[in-house]
Amino acid sequence: MIGTLLSGDLPRSRILTALLVVIFLGLALAPFLFPGVRSVDTAARISIFIVLVASYDLLLGYAGIVSFAHTMFFGIGAYGVALTLQAMGRGWDAVLIGTLAGAGTAAAIALVIGLFSLRVRAIFFAMITLAVASAVGVLVSQLSGLTGGEDGLNIQIPRELTPAFKFGGELWGVKLNGKLLAYYLVFGTALVLFLLMLRIVNSPFGRTLLAVRENDFRAEAIGYPVVRYRTAATCLSAAIAALAGALYALWLRYVGPETVLSMELMIDILLMVVIGGMGTIWGAVIGATLFVIAQNYLQEVMGWASAATEGVPLLPNLLDPDRWLLWLGLLFVLSVYFFPAGIVGRLRAGKWNDPK
Amino acid sequence: MSDPILSLEGVYTDIAQYHILQGVDFTVPRGAVTMLLGRNGVGKTTTLRTIMGHWRARAGSITFDGIDITRLPTPAIARMGVGYVPETMGIFADLTVEENMILAAASGRLDPARLERIFAAFPPLKTFWKGQAGTLSGGQKQMLSIARAMAEDRRLYLIDEPTKGLAPAIVATMAGALKALKNEGASILMVEQNFAVARALGDFAVVMDDGRVIWSGTMAELVGDGLLQERLMGLSLAAGH
Repeated sequence: MIGTLLSGDLPRSRILTALLVVIFLGLALAPFLFPGVRSVDTAARISIFIVLVASYDLLLGYAGIVSFAHTMFFGIGAYGVALTLQAMGRGWDAVLIGTLAGAGTAAAIALVIGLFSLRVRAIFFAMITLAVASAVGVLVSQLSGLTGGEDGLNIQIPRELTPAFKFGGELWGVKLNGKLLAYYLVFGTALVLFLLMLRIVNSPFGRTLLAVRENDFRAEAIGYPVVRYRTAATCLSAAIAALAGALYALWLRYVGPETVLSMELMIDILLMVVIGGMGTIWGAVIGATLFVIAQNYLQEVMGWASAATEGVPLLPNLLDPDRWLLWLGLLFVLSVYFFPAGIVGRLRAGKWNDPK
Repeated sequence: MSDPILSLEGVYTDIAQYHILQGVDFTVPRGAVTMLLGRNGVGKTTTLRTIMGHWRARAGSITFDGIDITRLPTPAIARMGVGYVPETMGIFADLTVEENMILAAASGRLDPARLERIFAAFPPLKTFWKGQAGTLSGGQKQMLSIARAMAEDRRLYLIDEPTKGLAPAIVATMAGALKALKNEGASILMVEQNFAVARALGDFAVVMDDGRVIWSGTMAELVGDGLLQERLMGLSLAAGH
């Protein structure tokens, strides 16, 4: 049953299985286990980033395509929902139409970029995606009448997803309100999208992508039109990123170029893929969870450590919360050094591995 | 040589500024093994790659079973039933042996009876069926490469130096498997430097030099005439006697 749900792609390592179960239970029960605005917000971000990172891995790890336009597709999904909600009012119809329009637009743009550039060498595709993504970023900033420019847009989401909507008293001390519903909408959709991607990479289509990544000449010689497969992967990955973007907009009730379109976000996604492990969808779970937690809590841990080491020379200064980016950077350097195949790659190859 | 499965007429292929094929003409008869022979660097591999559409012919035409395939894309040529085993083997190292085989079948399914025949010819493939193809030895990779071409009935097999760099015992296994394929009535065009293997398997021979075909005829004619071999291919094949 679980094997079917996971498309036969089991974690294949005891430690990895344990980690994944902990993350799954943590996310599934987050509002009850870690009540509090901030922790639930972190859990929602983790769920969304798992989908976003996995969709990028579909492209990078499975199809071997380097793209810098992934945040653009994420942003298209987010703006799709935001603009539709603004134009049509805060109804579910607007959410549905905006989400589908965002995913459709993202797939269509990916199709055009793919058909124009996937025939040529990989580096051209990377450059073209960079150019298109920058152009869209500038466009969103400039079209302030429509997009709110640099300030972004605050959006009104359906009332059922806001804290004002209540549907009962409390359960285990947690208020049953729209925010809880919003969290489970995010979690549930992310889970479905994740399982869908697991199915895709373990299907004959996914196997063919791996073959194309490894030896495109050979894949052609046994009858697979390489450009068509690469383009299909690009479109799929773009559409899923847009769906993640739509979830993000609904969760934050805000879209802005810094939040959903920035180059920093693109680099973050790349790091999450590399840390988790390229070419395995499970890597996205580990990479996104570690990264988002570090981003949200490292500063706090450092503040605590800095206070604890008061009196020791130099240490409190080094551990000052303002220096959190330095430590985050160090953590990444170390993780790439010790886990060149990503954490999942290391765990699967490690001595703790289950015999296959 | 009536009713050929494949015919090349005046095929010219350039790679960068080099004119590799300079008017190649020959035919491959149906249901027989044709050996493409010649010294290193005369254009044998380029000929196979041009047939597959990896390299585009600048001039001339390639006809497969009555259809002009000169300008067709590679995947279309493969789907018409041409199985190609390249010199470099080109197995997918990250996939399992099974996945490599399934990818090679257009239907996505392997016929069990056919699979049993493949396992009989290449026992190691059965042993490592679920293992990653990248962990196979060189000889086993070559077996997989040929087995992949045999995953389905092909109308024509193009096989590039199947015994290159293999240990003698594996060469024998390979030759046995190719012989079985021949006995099933397959049409094969094969490049082979090992003249003992070429002689044992070939019905016809095409000899190339300098991007052209300099001789073609039956293998029996070539085998029976030492002087002809000497003239066509120099000393390189004498060791095969």
